[in-house]
Amino acid sequence: MSGRTVAVVVAVLALVAVPYATTEIYYVNIASQILLYAVFALGLGVLVGYAGLVSLGHAGLFGVASYAVAYLLAAGHGHAVAILAGLAIALVVTAGFAALSLRATGISFIMITLALGEIIWGLAYRWISVTNGDNGINVATRPAPFGISLGSARGFYDATLIVFLLAVAAVAIFVRSPFGAALCGTRDQPRRMTALGYHVWMIRFWAFMFSGLLTSVAGILFVYYNQFISPQAVALAASAEGLLMVISGGAGTLLGPIVGAALVVIIKNVASAYVERWNFLLGAIFVAIVVFMPEGLVPGAVRLARTAWRAVGRAKLAAPASLAGPKP
Amino acid sequence: MTFWVLLTVNSVTFGGLLFLLSAGFSLIFGLMRIPNLTHGSMFMGGAYLGATLLAGELGFQLNFWLAAVAAALAVAALSALMERFLLRRLVGQQMAQVLVTLGVSLMVADLCLMIWGGDPISVANPAGLGGFVRIGAAALPLYRMAVIAIAGVFAVALWLMLERTRLGAMIRAGVDDPDMARVVGIRVSRLFTIVFALGAGLAAFAGMIGGPILSVYPGLDQDMLPLALVVVILGGTGSLLGSFVGSIIIGFIYNFGQALLPELAYFVLFLPMVLVLVLRPQGLFGGQIL
Repeated sequence: MSGRTVAVVVAVLALVAVPYATTEIYYVNIASQILLYAVFALGLGVLVGYAGLVSLGHAGLFGVASYAVAYLLAAGHGHAVAILAGLAIALVVTAGFAALSLRATGISFIMITLALGEIIWGLAYRWISVTNGDNGINVATRPAPFGISLGSARGFYDATLIVFLLAVAAVAIFVRSPFGAALCGTRDQPRRMTALGYHVWMIRFWAFMFSGLLTSVAGILFVYYNQFISPQAVALAASAEGLLMVISGGAGTLLGPIVGAALVVIIKNVASAYVERWNFLLGAIFVAIVVFMPEGLVPGAVRLARTAWRAVGRAKLAAPASLAGPKP
Repeated sequence: MTFWVLLTVNSVTFGGLLFLLSAGFSLIFGLMRIPNLTHGSMFMGGAYLGATLLAGELGFQLNFWLAAVAAALAVAALSALMERFLLRRLVGQQMAQVLVTLGVSLMVADLCLMIWGGDPISVANPAGLGGFVRIGAAALPLYRMAVIAIAGVFAVALWLMLERTRLGAMIRAGVDDPDMARVVGIRVSRLFTIVFALGAGLAAFAGMIGGPILSVYPGLDQDMLPLALVVVILGGTGSLLGSFVGSIIIGFIYNFGQALLPELAYFVLFLPMVLVLVLRPQGLFGGQIL
């Protein structure tokens, strides 16, 4: 067994053991939050990291799935119908998002996705007959697949963990597949990819759909976790939060969005115990990371460690002639 | 009949406010090539600052117009600092710059909530403009007519500034071809600061004079930023004429939408944007600055 396989097995066992390691439901719930946001961040990370398309409208897709499930449940449908129909609705909306926003890349892509996300927010906020406006929609029960109730914190954690592992596996396979390689090609050299005969738009479109699928799954987990959905979950700040997870962890890596999700959820929960103003902190961290560690924590930590390692090695070799560290 | 006349006046008024907001947004976009996501925060910040100065909570009281100008200057100065010390560090990295403006907008929103609380603040009409003018059967609010006039004056002033002054010529050169502008000796980086501060000041001024119409509340930034985005996508980036025409169109759609389809007003608003994106991605007046 290679070192990597061992690490993966240990990580999975550790995740399975979380509910048994603590008797506090609070911590189990935080672990569930981390996993569900990790699924969201993985989905957004596919676009941001591998396709090079920064979306500021993903909370809209997340919210469409949440709202669709909550609405269908409130209308008296069963869980299976609500989840499947919710996914279908969210995917149709994703296709619409993709068709409109993929007319552009770069900055224009950001602007279009931002505007589209705000449409969803406006609908959530003002289309009161469907979304119940600012009051949101309550979800009475969690589903019980195969007779196993997800009502308890542990039951829900286990279900979220299964979805999370599936999502990680899906992204890992996706990234290593020829399609993933082609997607990275469209990020780095779209013209050459076109010249090589790839349909760049179509590759981006399916990447967007995959990203939307993961995002919708996370949205459904979210609405069942909170058993409540309100326009706040769809606001621009929520999209920014997702983007912060991807960028803080490291876009274009598999582990980055997961680390970022854990970081953001933990800071959010710790911070909210001490300060009332989470959004201020969110913005400040955002600015700090973009300015000082633009490649994210995972690659950034690797770089800093490497620099430090080299500095130590050089200090041993020669007297410290220059104090200026190597520029990134 | 009166209903329609009033609705039209409201639409043009709102369009005027949107023009003051989006002209700066569009110029900043044209020159720096980034959507300034703090633009809504500048609007809201101007409104909050102006309302505070108007209420005399800082120990001295200003009248409405002085409060608006003071708020605009304060926001312009703060924005110039932000451009100089934050965005300048990331020159050439547009994605990073956009993310920084996003981060700052979240910070400003939370800061305003911390300082001014969650309750909306209403701003009284300035002295002498509280009444109505009668035209036929319709009574038109005097203040709204004044806002239309102000927006018109600003539109002409901005046009003259861009068309007739040395600064305007430099800005046009910077929008057209920043590298060539540098070669002929224009300090484009200084233009960045000037235009950023100018756009911020205009947005803050619009926030204050919009106060009596919209009032000031948390989330005002998130209401206004997408409108500026839509106007600019519709009219074309970096185009003054585009933001003028776009503002009026959006002003009409927004007000008529809210009156006729209140639940879907926000949705209807974005339809023209979607149409333009599909049919004419560069915007109605894309590529022409004036």
